[in-house]
Amino acid sequence: MSITQNMLDAMVKNKIEFVTTVPCKQLSGIIELLENDERILHIPSNKEDEGMGLCAGAYMGGKRPCIIMQNTAIGVTINTLVTLIQYYRMPLPILISYRGEVGEKVQCQVEMAVHTKALLEQLKVPTYHFHEPKHADEFDGILNHTFMAKKPVAILTDANFWSTIS
Amino acid sequence: MIRAEILKAIIPVISDELVVSNIGLPSQELHMLDDQPTNFYMLGTMGLASSIGLGLALSQNETVIAIDGDGSVLTNFGTLPTIANNVANNFILLIIDNGSYGSTGDQPTYAGGKTSLAKVAEACGCDNVIECQASETKDVLEAAIQGKKMTIIVSKCESGNIPVPVIDIDPAVIRHRFMEEVKARN
Repeated sequence: MSITQNMLDAMVKNKIEFVTTVPCKQLSGIIELLENDERILHIPSNKEDEGMGLCAGAYMGGKRPCIIMQNTAIGVTINTLVTLIQYYRMPLPILISYRGEVGEKVQCQVEMAVHTKALLEQLKVPTYHFHEPKHADEFDGILNHTFMAKKPVAILTDANFWSTIS
Repeated sequence: MIRAEILKAIIPVISDELVVSNIGLPSQELHMLDDQPTNFYMLGTMGLASSIGLGLALSQNETVIAIDGDGSVLTNFGTLPTIANNVANNFILLIIDNGSYGSTGDQPTYAGGKTSLAKVAEACGCDNVIECQASETKDVLEAAIQGKKMTIIVSKCESGNIPVPVIDIDPAVIRHRFMEEVKARN
């Protein structure tokens, strides 16, 4: 069983039924698995703040949501995180492709990587960083924690993490 | 007719339905005219009423009406292809198009100029797009609810606002009472 599949299974175990995505190369594997998984409704969105709006609606409709996106879009989501997800006390796991870290091939991605953790800290979003395959073992607990806390929670997954898991 | 007059006219139709209403004056007007636990008032986050409404419609069985504005749809244009490609037949998007950003001082929007939101929605792939005059809104909305097909209504009206109080309900309370109502109906 692959680690990516395990992560999807952890979502199902935590009763996540609604996932929206904006793609990233590093996330192509998990998005493909998700698209073919009948246990989860996958609704691709065009922009990350739009996706968080969909997630807010899904949560109020009784389906636990998750958004999968790239770190370069955190800026796009700041107002939505603060005035919708946090203000109305909604849980939202944000699985983030952490581009621009060691192993990155595209220089420009480094520019947002240097701001990523600082932005999340400023927004008081609990943040976890998956760098090695073993870190994925914590995904189940982090998801459980997110829905208990009713907060947005960020899971940063870097190039080393995705290149060393199957 | 201005937006507040449209809202007043459609209240008999929407009062017992799940409604997601747009940030600013639209939510404040609805709150003043007919506060219900079935109303989800947006207190922030310009542009996302249609996205919240679609997510809600896709996640439960009751009819959902998102009351949006032309400026708000222009802010979140990406919503229209998402709506078109993920058909929820319990979803109605009512765009009250007064050609202006009402809550910020009635500055003109491009929807009041050369841009037709109804044509944009059609070009995005939305199937049931109806543009109507303000006075027709109640009948068109009623028919859309009965029709049980995902519908986009663009209601053309005049720009203008009425004095309204701010919404003094805690956001977590708005969300909680709305979710309890959703749960009870599903």
